[in-house]
Amino acid sequence: MSLTAPPLPDKSAQAIAAPMSASRQAWRRGLYRFSQSTLSIIGLILVLGLLLIAVTGPWIVPFPEHVTGSIATANRFRPPSAAHPFGTNELGQDVLTLVLAGTRVSLFAGLAVVLAGAFVGTVIGAVAGYAGGWVDEVLMRLSDLKLTVPGLIFAMAIAAALGPGLVNMVIAIAAGWWPGYARLVRGEVMSKKEEMFVTAARALGASPGRILFRHILPNVMTPIIVKMSLDMGFAILTVASLGFIGIGVKPPTPEWGALLSVSRNYMPDFWWTAIFPGLAIFIAVFGFNLLGDGLRDVFDPKARR
Amino acid sequence: MLVLERVSKEFHGRRSLFSARRTVSALRDVSLAVDHGETFGVVGESGSGKTTLTRLILRLDIPTSGRILFEGDDMARLSAAAMRRLRARIQIVFQDPYASLNPRMTVHDIVTEPMLIHRATLGLDQRSRTARAAELLAMVGLAEQHLHRYPHEFSGGQRQRIGIARALATGPALLLLDEPTSALDVSVQAQVLNLLHGLQQRLGLTYVFISHDLSVVRYICDRIAVINGGEIVETGPAQDVFRNPANAYTRMLIAAMPDLPAL
Repeated sequence: MSLTAPPLPDKSAQAIAAPMSASRQAWRRGLYRFSQSTLSIIGLILVLGLLLIAVTGPWIVPFPEHVTGSIATANRFRPPSAAHPFGTNELGQDVLTLVLAGTRVSLFAGLAVVLAGAFVGTVIGAVAGYAGGWVDEVLMRLSDLKLTVPGLIFAMAIAAALGPGLVNMVIAIAAGWWPGYARLVRGEVMSKKEEMFVTAARALGASPGRILFRHILPNVMTPIIVKMSLDMGFAILTVASLGFIGIGVKPPTPEWGALLSVSRNYMPDFWWTAIFPGLAIFIAVFGFNLLGDGLRDVFDPKARR
Repeated sequence: MLVLERVSKEFHGRRSLFSARRTVSALRDVSLAVDHGETFGVVGESGSGKTTLTRLILRLDIPTSGRILFEGDDMARLSAAAMRRLRARIQIVFQDPYASLNPRMTVHDIVTEPMLIHRATLGLDQRSRTARAAELLAMVGLAEQHLHRYPHEFSGGQRQRIGIARALATGPALLLLDEPTSALDVSVQAQVLNLLHGLQQRLGLTYVFISHDLSVVRYICDRIAVINGGEIVETGPAQDVFRNPANAYTRMLIAAMPDLPAL
């Protein structure tokens, strides 16, 4: 079966016939700005690659049985080779398999943490910024209080109380993740609240809910999205940190931090068991930070260095 | 139709550790009456209390003392439901057509939102709201094809037309025009003023026209009040005030006007 392609319209004629809408042009400019930055593109490629691995993980790993915890002790501590490009660990499992399978765990956990934190923080910040007065005081002092406790310690305490497990770990980290968003959103809401179109809505008799959800929040989404992408790397790092100290995801679930934790006993002789999970963490954090920087440049050109 | 009786508004600053609480008196004993169908001009420099006056009339702020009556009802005594209904009767067109439209909403959503908020009073379903939005756009000189565009795709004058369509959406009786042309190019100013004039004729609207631009005020207003430092210093028919200004401040304003060929 063959398809005959329709003749391509002459580009210049098309441009004259239908001028691009301004929003399309804004997108184009943003895309152009993004593509001008090599680092942003590298970030995007890294992140897309990680997402691809996370989605296809179970089907592309060379030794799927190792993901579920099967061991091959005869094969332990093999250095990197053609059969095992990343070598094998103390249980004879293929390190490449574990690292690839761990992508899904780490990315999912990081994403869940950032989404939950952003959601809770946005609600709290929006209420504080919009209501003002004592509501604002109470919510902001609460978030200050949270900020006085180091994030990792706070997450450790909650994770220890909840017990091990992926979901519990996400809850533990997210519980301390919201204050940054709350402060960001509060500030944005306070400035948007004074905008003329908000006054117009108020003069129309719009309810506070309508003003907040229809007029204010859609206009503060961009900085939230940028912060989320910048935060992803740090969230993945925190997840790995909890895995590393042994509170969090338990083996046999392959998680980068946990892999690193186990293999530190076999350093430096069996370096490949530690290097590759570590590199995976590095690449994920690096990729999301670059992407976040790029997005910030696109959405908020004024913040460019 | 709209009556202000000895309306005053004071703003209180924050009390700090070292200074007493500062009180700024934005309006002092302002009384005025706007008749049905006329264009009433409020003239003053920036900082004279014009914006406070619009906020009080829209009841976005509450006067410190005095009464504001709309069609005989004291706004302070209205129930919440009655106040809501009244908001459909008084609408405002803002000075800055760039800041007064939500950049994330389409023209359709901007113009139908007032009908959505007042759907209990207006009783329009979704389809008739859209139809009315198209009608309103035609009325202000835009077309139906503009409905699904965003504000940033329009020029300043077009945006001001969208703002006017939004203000007309609930079928108001009184329109506050807060310097509706001062952010526009001179050529566009005349177009918008003519549009406003035509709409007034067609819909029987009453305008309160707030401006610092005397030539515009003289062109469009029937009666004017001159406001200075929160007080009304002179009021009367526009032509009289321009020909025989009684107050020193009014004379100064008129003297500062660029010379125009005799009207």
